[in-house]
Amino acid sequence: MGLDIFSEKGIALERQRFTWKELAGPPFSKLDDDAFTRVRVILMNGVMSDALRFLHVFSRRNLDLRLPMAEVRRVTHHQQTMVNWLNPADQSPLETTIGFEQVAIEVTAALAQQEPDPYLAQSYRFGLLEDFDHLYRFSALMDRVDGKDSNNILQSYTDIQPGRPTAVEHRAPIDDLRRPYDKNATAPLTKLNALTLVASEYQTHDYYMNIGPMFADPVARMVYAEIASIEEQHVTQYGSLIDPNETWLEQWLLHEAMQVYNYYSCAQQEPNRRIKGIWERFVDYELGQLHLVMDLIKRVEGRDPAELLPANLPEPVKFESQREFVRQTLAREVDMRPVGPDYFPQGSDSDASLEYRSHMNKAISPTTVIAAGYRWMPGTELVEKPAAYLTSH
Amino acid sequence: MKKPTDLGSNRTGAQASPVDAKKTAEGASSSPLIDGGTAADLAAERLGWAQDAEPVGSMPPPLSVTGAIKSAVEMLKGNEPTVLLDKIGERLAFERTGVRLYEALLTKLAAADLHEGGPTQAEVLRIRDDELRHFSELKEAMESLGGDPTAMSPCADVTAVASSGVGKVLSDPRTTLSQCLEALLMVELVDNDSWAVLATLADGFGKKEMAERFRWALADEAQHLDMVRRWVNQEIIGQAGLAPTPPQGEALQPPASV
Repeated sequence: MGLDIFSEKGIALERQRFTWKELAGPPFSKLDDDAFTRVRVILMNGVMSDALRFLHVFSRRNLDLRLPMAEVRRVTHHQQTMVNWLNPADQSPLETTIGFEQVAIEVTAALAQQEPDPYLAQSYRFGLLEDFDHLYRFSALMDRVDGKDSNNILQSYTDIQPGRPTAVEHRAPIDDLRRPYDKNATAPLTKLNALTLVASEYQTHDYYMNIGPMFADPVARMVYAEIASIEEQHVTQYGSLIDPNETWLEQWLLHEAMQVYNYYSCAQQEPNRRIKGIWERFVDYELGQLHLVMDLIKRVEGRDPAELLPANLPEPVKFESQREFVRQTLAREVDMRPVGPDYFPQGSDSDASLEYRSHMNKAISPTTVIAAGYRWMPGTELVEKPAAYLTSH
Repeated sequence: MKKPTDLGSNRTGAQASPVDAKKTAEGASSSPLIDGGTAADLAAERLGWAQDAEPVGSMPPPLSVTGAIKSAVEMLKGNEPTVLLDKIGERLAFERTGVRLYEALLTKLAAADLHEGGPTQAEVLRIRDDELRHFSELKEAMESLGGDPTAMSPCADVTAVASSGVGKVLSDPRTTLSQCLEALLMVELVDNDSWAVLATLADGFGKKEMAERFRWALADEAQHLDMVRRWVNQEIIGQAGLAPTPPQGEALQPPASV
């Protein structure tokens, strides 16, 4: 039985407080902590970032609720700070990037398997194979530019091999838009999954847009530019799955429930005791925020939150290696192509996507150049016959 | 207190999870190579960019009429006085940062569990003060040539990029004294060679007195290098539980004329 979000009230918003020293506490260890601790930190930073983004836009559209939104945002901002500051200083932007792609693969694969709606599950599997390829391209970049092994970050949980080639992921916007779920005929879990993935991809996009220009290597700069563009497509894809007929307050309520669900999932599986304490604290904070929004939706829209939310949270998101599922999906669906909102196995792209892709890749395909002939090996590609490698370059 | 050399739960290597690592390796080796080519494709693309790229920036114009005249005179001789100004700007910035690095080392020292032959506070303070004096002397040297000591010259910029990791190591509360000393050893090695080049440059432009002062600084830096080398050696030998060894490396002597 999952958490009962109606009887568990959490901590009231006015008691959700921080100090600067708490916000910027000691980081996790890049070397010693489990890779899924980093996965959870990256995911929850994305979830908090999306919570802020959503409430800022909502606030522009609503005068009456500006104060409660500002009050929730203040706490949310500090929650995000406390989570994001768990990243250590010795984790380079490229190493963090590897972590972002591990999130995109492992969390998307977990959600695809628990997703009850087959169309949304298909969309998640589709996006998953693209992020899977990004991990391979960034691993080649890390090996060939920095001389480092991406598996130091991945800790052998995640495969490093080509997926759907990034060079063919570039599509016209019309082929990135999906059919939204029907808010009246959709399981709450479907809504929580969609919100989680939008948040995660949005933060990935923003992170690449921030750090891409910090790289010196011209090919690395282009690789980030290229993959950031796909992340924008993914935000478009996942965002379009959400029913636009949900009211603003309804979306806020669902977002808060999604935050509770994800923090609860983190708390259930975190082996680092100190960080587990943070996840548990934020389950209580989010429950407090959720109940605040429950009261608002009752008062403002006269609706019963029980009609919108599950009585108990679903089973926690599984933060574990999804290697076999990813491999099966890769074998079956790597050639899947969308035309408009529909997926076609072994399909060809639309003329609009082919024309757009051809133009973007005209001068160079950066992700192809960086991984030309690349095959990951434990300890980097230099491990295998270094003398032969040097004479051939 | 936990030490980084203690056996712990480091999970980064393939041997930390042999079953999973084998799966990852087998998956990679059996996956199709969808893109042709080799790592040479990256080198070829980089080459094109390197041939076309503009530099990171340029030298600022001389501050004063005197400076402009001096530059003009040197130009007539076929020399490039801006090379000297650029390298003075580089060293000035490097020494200024060096003050902050040794200030950070003082904190590390206070928190450290010292081994025999490791640094003392007085020794670190002496190096910190030397770096500050060098910074001040380079500022005067730059001004005497009509240059702007507050500008960031191209070499100052690139050298700061090259050494930017040192400050991260020194300021990270998790790093040990010996890890910080090794980072400073990189700094001192570069600093020694750079002061030697600077003195040669000043000689080449006929700035004999300036060259002499630079050699003075080089002698200080040679002593810094000797000290940091010794500390690194002693700290690491001490950590390993071995007996202290004689100091490594020899300090250079100041020029005879000083």
